[in-house]
Amino acid sequence: MPHTPENCKEVFAMLSQYLDLELPSDDCQAIEEHLAGCAPCMEFLESLKKTVKLCHECQPSTVPAPLTPEARRELEGAWKKMLERRGG
Amino acid sequence: MEQQREKELAVALLAGEPGAFDRFVEYFRSKVFGYSWLMCGHREDAEEVAQEALLKAFENFDQIRDPERVRAWIFRVAKNACLMKRRKSVFAPERELSLEEFLPIAEGEGEHRHIEIADWSKVPDKELLNSELGDRLRQAIAELPESYRSVLLLRDVEELSTEETAQVLDLTIDVVKTRLHRARLAVRQKLDAYLRREHATHP
Repeated sequence: MPHTPENCKEVFAMLSQYLDLELPSDDCQAIEEHLAGCAPCMEFLESLKKTVKLCHECQPSTVPAPLTPEARRELEGAWKKMLERRGG
Repeated sequence: MEQQREKELAVALLAGEPGAFDRFVEYFRSKVFGYSWLMCGHREDAEEVAQEALLKAFENFDQIRDPERVRAWIFRVAKNACLMKRRKSVFAPERELSLEEFLPIAEGEGEHRHIEIADWSKVPDKELLNSELGDRLRQAIAELPESYRSVLLLRDVEELSTEETAQVLDLTIDVVKTRLHRARLAVRQKLDAYLRREHATHP
């Protein structure tokens, strides 16, 4: 895929699938050839890759409050009933 | 690794092993809480969703034949519970995101062609939790339209597969891929703008 703005756009549309290894090998190869000769697309790809990595690390800034005894009893009751059904 | 651990937790729970209940509740409660907090935007809602999802899981667990499907199943219950609690005003209105709005602005010709982009090479990819970047990321995710946020949370934050995500959200695989790409581009764009501002003020 030669380096033209139109091709950059085409590559741009496929970058997530490229990162997720979801593209057929022909498309993958075409993208890699394009990236090798296109610094802006390469730079953009790196920023997208980093965004995905950051999302993997994303956690809420807070943890849930400890389980109350009532909530725990409710859950444990449902679990025991489920075990009884399975056993019986 | 995570998937394996989740499967083991589910198998132990179904077998009624000692300690299995507490391990399962501790793990999945914080997981569902995290997802729901980012999905609903309210702490109280997220805690209620976590309780409801676990309760439904225990009530219906015996119907799940394959322990590997437990996490997709729990997230599906959590997603539905979040939708019930939705308080629309918190988030950006639902709208379609187009690819064009995320295309970087290019300048110059030929070899001199370049795009406006922050320096991402120094961005750490760990220890986000208490950083300003972590706050910006959570904010960018929260500002996504809901149909995009739900896909990005399952695929990139909870790391479910494309197939699992499609199953949880009742979408086709192609729709999951399209929405995920646009959601990532939207988050990237917000982080890029933040990084550029940061760089301009603290070069």
